[in-house]
This record gives sequence, structure tokens and C-alpha cells, in this order.
Amino acid sequence: MTPGAIADNFDSSRQTISKHIQILTECQLLKQEESGREIYYHFNSAKMKEIAEWLMPFAKMWDGRFNKLESIMKNYKSKN
Amino acid sequence: MEQKTKIKAGEGKQDLVITREFDLPVELLFKAYSESDIVEQWMGTKVLKLESKKHGSYQFETTDAKGNKYNFNGVIHGVSPNKKITRTFEMENTPYGIQLELIEFAKLTDNTSKLDIHVIYESADHRNQVLKLGMVQGINMAHNRLQEILGKLN
Repeated sequence: MTPGAIADNFDSSRQTISKHIQILTECQLLKQEESGREIYYHFNSAKMKEIAEWLMPFAKMWDGRFNKLESIMKNYKSKN
Repeated sequence: MEQKTKIKAGEGKQDLVITREFDLPVELLFKAYSESDIVEQWMGTKVLKLESKKHGSYQFETTDAKGNKYNFNGVIHGVSPNKKITRTFEMENTPYGIQLELIEFAKLTDNTSKLDIHVIYESADHRNQVLKLGMVQGINMAHNRLQEILGKLN
């Protein structure tokens, strides 16, 4: 999508959207492609996956512990 | 199963936030953090000491499937029942440093509650090392669980 087309989907100013696009591009979450006078931005799903996978094991570990906490305390509640 | 635990870890920051909602009254959620016999059950660790009070401290000892022991300890800075626990956390004999944990408990309804853990590390590097460790631990825990299940089959 072109920056203009992206900005049309938001209420924020084009300047704000442009800043967001710049940051997302720096983080490699968006890929730039020049075509004539236009710049098109594409979503980089590989990079997004990499970021999700980085936090996923940590989140999973805590989720497992908290699931256990929840089931233990539910039993505790019914016993008391 | 859908993952209910959310982790927020901004790039280059030295902290992270763990958030989770529970189908439990806030009093029971707090109890799970402040009573040693309950902590033992869900953390899968032995609680050597847990003084849930201002200027109190705690010590945990975890044994892995191979019999290796890992020790954790911290100082409890403050306890506000059903609201907040402020404490430090240290994995002994590791280079991960000391972390500050702000654990907040909130009532959502009579039977649901929310847990917010704000963890602050000594540096962004320390935080990233712990996150990496989570990856290794997650795999180890899965292996331990597998071992337990397979052990029951024999």
C-alpha cells in the first residue's frame, strides 16, 4: 500500500501515519518497494513471526504456571 | 488452548509486564502468592521460607528431573493484602542480576481478578537474557512433563 492509502484508513494526520510507518520500517515490520514515483509498503510477516516467537516461550511458561494456579485455587475454593 | 498470559516487552527497555486474568476472586489469587504451601504447588518449587510481610523475605529451592538444585530468593519490600506485593527476585549463582517485581492484584468482579507483574531488570541486556532463558526453560519443562507422563506408563 502507498502511505496515502494507509493514512486513509486512520483518523490521524498523514504526518503521524508517516512517523509510524518510518518506525515500523526501521523495525523491519514493513518492507519498502519503490515503483515509479510511488513507494509501496508491504507487511513483513516473517519478521512479525520472529518477534512473536521471541516472547512466546516466556509467555507460555507463565501461562502454564498460571493455569495451574487457577485450577489449584478452584479446588481450594470448593474444599473450603 | 488459548494463551491468556500477555507479555509486554518494549525493545531496548529494561522492564517487562506480565498480565493475566483469572476466574478467581482476588482474595484467592492473592493467597496463591502469599501462602507457602500453595506457592509450592503451582510454582513447582520447594518453599524454604516465605514471610509475606513488610521487610520479610523468601527462599525457594527447585529440583529438576536430574536432581540438580536451583535456588531463588528475594526480599519482600511491602505487602498490601489483595492489592500489591513489592519484592526483589534473584536466581542464585547466575549472571541475571537482581530484579524488582511489582505484583498487583485487582478485583474485576466477585469471581474474577487480574494480575499485573511489572518486572524491572538491572539493564536491557539482563532482561533479554532472562527472556532467552525462558525459551530454554520452556523446553526443559516440556521435557520434564513428558518424562513424568512416560514414567507413569512404565
